[in-house]
Amino acid sequence: MARFLTPRYALTAFLLLLAAVPLFAGPFTVTIINYIGLAALVALGLVLLTGIGGLTSFGQAAFVGLGAYATAYLTTRHGMSPWGTLIAGMAITTAVSLGLGFITLRLSGHFLPLGTIAWGISLYYLFGNVQGLGGHTGIDGIPPVELFGVKLGDNRAFYYMIWATLLAAIVTTQNMLDSREGRAMRCLRAMTMTEAMGINTLRYRMVLFMIAAQFACVSGWLYAHLQRFVNPTPFSLGPGIEYLFMAVLGGAATVWGAVLGASAVTYLKEVLQDLLPKLIGATGNFEVVVFGLLTIIVLHRARDGVWPILMRVIPQRALARTLEPAEPLPRRDLPEKGSDVLQVIDVTKRFGGLVANNKMNLTVRAGEIFALIGPNGAGKSTLFNCISGVGPATEGEIRFMGQRIEQLGSRAIAKLGMSRSFQHVRLNRDMTVLENAAIGAHLRGHKNFIQSAWRLDREEERRLLWEAAHQLQRCGLGEHLFDTAGSLPLGKQRVVEIARALCSDPVLLLLDEPAAGLRHLEKRALAELLDKLRGEGVAILLVEHDMDFVMGLADRVLVMEFGEHLAEGLPREIQTNPKVLEAYLGSMDE
Amino acid sequence: MDSAVALLLAQDGITNGAIYALLALALVLVFAVTRVIFIPQGEYVAYGALSMAAINAGQLPPTMWLMVTLGVAVAIVDAVAALREGAKARLPMVVVKNVVLPVLAAVLVHFLPLKTMSYALQVVVALVFVVPLGPQVYRLAFQPVAEASVLLLLIVSVAVHFMMVGMGLYFFGAEGARIPPFTEGGFDLGATTVQFQTVWIVGIAGLLIAALALFFEHSIYGKALRATAINRTGARLMGISADLAGKLCFTLAALVGAFSGILIAPITTIYYDTGFLVGLKGFVGAIIGGLVSYPLAAAGSVLVGLLESYSSFYASAYKEVIVFTLIIPVLLYQSLTTKHIDDEEDH
Repeated sequence: MARFLTPRYALTAFLLLLAAVPLFAGPFTVTIINYIGLAALVALGLVLLTGIGGLTSFGQAAFVGLGAYATAYLTTRHGMSPWGTLIAGMAITTAVSLGLGFITLRLSGHFLPLGTIAWGISLYYLFGNVQGLGGHTGIDGIPPVELFGVKLGDNRAFYYMIWATLLAAIVTTQNMLDSREGRAMRCLRAMTMTEAMGINTLRYRMVLFMIAAQFACVSGWLYAHLQRFVNPTPFSLGPGIEYLFMAVLGGAATVWGAVLGASAVTYLKEVLQDLLPKLIGATGNFEVVVFGLLTIIVLHRARDGVWPILMRVIPQRALARTLEPAEPLPRRDLPEKGSDVLQVIDVTKRFGGLVANNKMNLTVRAGEIFALIGPNGAGKSTLFNCISGVGPATEGEIRFMGQRIEQLGSRAIAKLGMSRSFQHVRLNRDMTVLENAAIGAHLRGHKNFIQSAWRLDREEERRLLWEAAHQLQRCGLGEHLFDTAGSLPLGKQRVVEIARALCSDPVLLLLDEPAAGLRHLEKRALAELLDKLRGEGVAILLVEHDMDFVMGLADRVLVMEFGEHLAEGLPREIQTNPKVLEAYLGSMDE
Repeated sequence: MDSAVALLLAQDGITNGAIYALLALALVLVFAVTRVIFIPQGEYVAYGALSMAAINAGQLPPTMWLMVTLGVAVAIVDAVAALREGAKARLPMVVVKNVVLPVLAAVLVHFLPLKTMSYALQVVVALVFVVPLGPQVYRLAFQPVAEASVLLLLIVSVAVHFMMVGMGLYFFGAEGARIPPFTEGGFDLGATTVQFQTVWIVGIAGLLIAALALFFEHSIYGKALRATAINRTGARLMGISADLAGKLCFTLAALVGAFSGILIAPITTIYYDTGFLVGLKGFVGAIIGGLVSYPLAAAGSVLVGLLESYSSFYASAYKEVIVFTLIIPVLLYQSLTTKHIDDEEDH
């Protein structure tokens, strides 16, 4: 029995059952499943928005309303064909979601949901009060959809229309998530890291918001032609919140969680609406109390929703363990060895009254390893953040490849050929090591999310993953390509960060404590790798506490103390410098 | 519009604005301390108003059993936690605080001459049976996920809102209710008559705001809340319990909500689901204050009240649309002036 419990069999069985339902089921069941399909399409958008992008919207029902009202109004008042109104509805949705996104997506996370609540309420009242839209009584007489000359007039015929649309949306969503664009979307929550890899996080938030809005709009269009009648009620805030519950209960990070959540909520609602008043002996909205309670319990006990729990029953198919070889990605020309790559001139960084870096100066050349050392709290990581644009300098000048960069954001700096690792590891724990490393190669690919949704990106995708695998192998992680990043020990996670940085084909590599947490042999391997990169002409700026590691590897060393320049020179000189010894070991006089 | 109408609308707007301001302050407080965007704030308004209406009509407080049930639930959760920590000595206190007291209140209320006792006592009884729902809800719904992201807390918050509205319909029925004003009548001021209830509302709102300010400036609990709002971990290291801070500010929020309901019920009919829109308008005020500034939130709320009142005159059908789209320019302004996006990667 267990042999048949594989995802493929389960999916096939599900699809066959789905196709067969209208042949034997009663009209009530067909109607319910139609509504499940419509809701799942909206919830799928929320999976993208909430589960993947970490953004929340309570206003999806309003987008459903846009789709429904656009077609209701245009077909009945202007005699447009339903296919034309679908396009019109999507165009309106695009404009509205762009406008709303522009306003709310730049703000911190909780303003978007608040904005969507306000917008959900406003649109509901607008639908109800504009006379041309029929007011609270709505619009009826919406014509059926015609497909190849067949009128899809009844529930059974429409059943296939709804589910074909939903399955197409699921497949394209899955395709999109399994691509360069999808990886960027899945890392949106770690914004600092993502921007430092050259990814425009605002653009991806916007894209996710727009896709979610489009799914909702299409669901609304389907709804209008299924019902042949619209009024404002299904597009108010309440249903908008229900859609979010569906996504959260089902499993906000998985596409099938949307279907599960939509099925559970839609079906339970139907049953509970009947059952609860009988049980309690009074009329009321008891089903919302149960939903509220269920949501709270799920969020307390299983924040990832029910789908991941269900999946533990079905043994997962091993992921594709092989990579197809691909042509290497084009590389950038590295500057001539020994030429200045990075110049830091009189850089000061203040946090309020605290001076974390005071008039720091340093120069890093192509093909050398420059180490930055100093006691804890000396301001090394702060200086790293100034250089990489993560936390811009207060004063001073920074030149990279001959260009002033002290005013640029980390994304623009990444484009110029700088890449970095972070002291506190910033990997997506749920993605594989390979996918994490491939984030670094983001700027070396160009296919957009529409191309990836339709699988037009496969050649580029193979090359990106091949590059990521190659860099991971160089870093000694070849055997972990398909493990999730969170399953590696911390030391190895740091090495994944280095591989990710290397995937960007950098001119200058900024490594923040790369050797911390590594064992002796792993350190030696890392030193060999850095030495090799130096030989290729890459410039490396390194913060490190392990003195043996630094002194054996670095060409030049700069010592910082209390945010200031203490000493600079060859490793040999630094090791015998009395000021440095005092900073590290304390003065003899004390 | 002549000046009499304008003044009448202004009076209306300021009255509602004062209520929104109270709610906005509670929302800012809850958000600053616990990071919970407290959507159910409005339900406390409805619960307060409708409980008062019931008591005023001589009925037992409808939320009596809810308070007792939640008390038992809290006692179970706290007892399990105490046993896990091996702190058996805490058990009697847990039972007394969460079970004995609510039951005692529920029993005693049966002996009170609810219909004939003084208005002030009726208010007190209504508050006794609504305000404890604040800390109880915090303990059961929010405390177990207190460290989670703002978004997760927000979804829990919405779930609680759903539950409270659903239960509100059961407790109070679909009929709306009004209560008699604190003082009947009004006085003439220029071209218009000012209702005494308006004076009560604006006065009490002002007093409550001042009292909150004093509380935060001078009491040890107020200071603890402020410390928690600034830095949760730091406050905890100083011995301030985040759980206690959470319960305290939910108590305040419930108190402010329920009392606002009692204040406004003489001039507006309150239904079981009225609270949501009222609370959201408080939110609009709070958002104008960027969810951080108390004075700006209060000013924003008065603006919301005025806008609502004048738009109900000019374009009453679009009143809600106008009020809620007000936050769009506010958000736009904040969006253009904020550089840093606060992401939660380190949580």
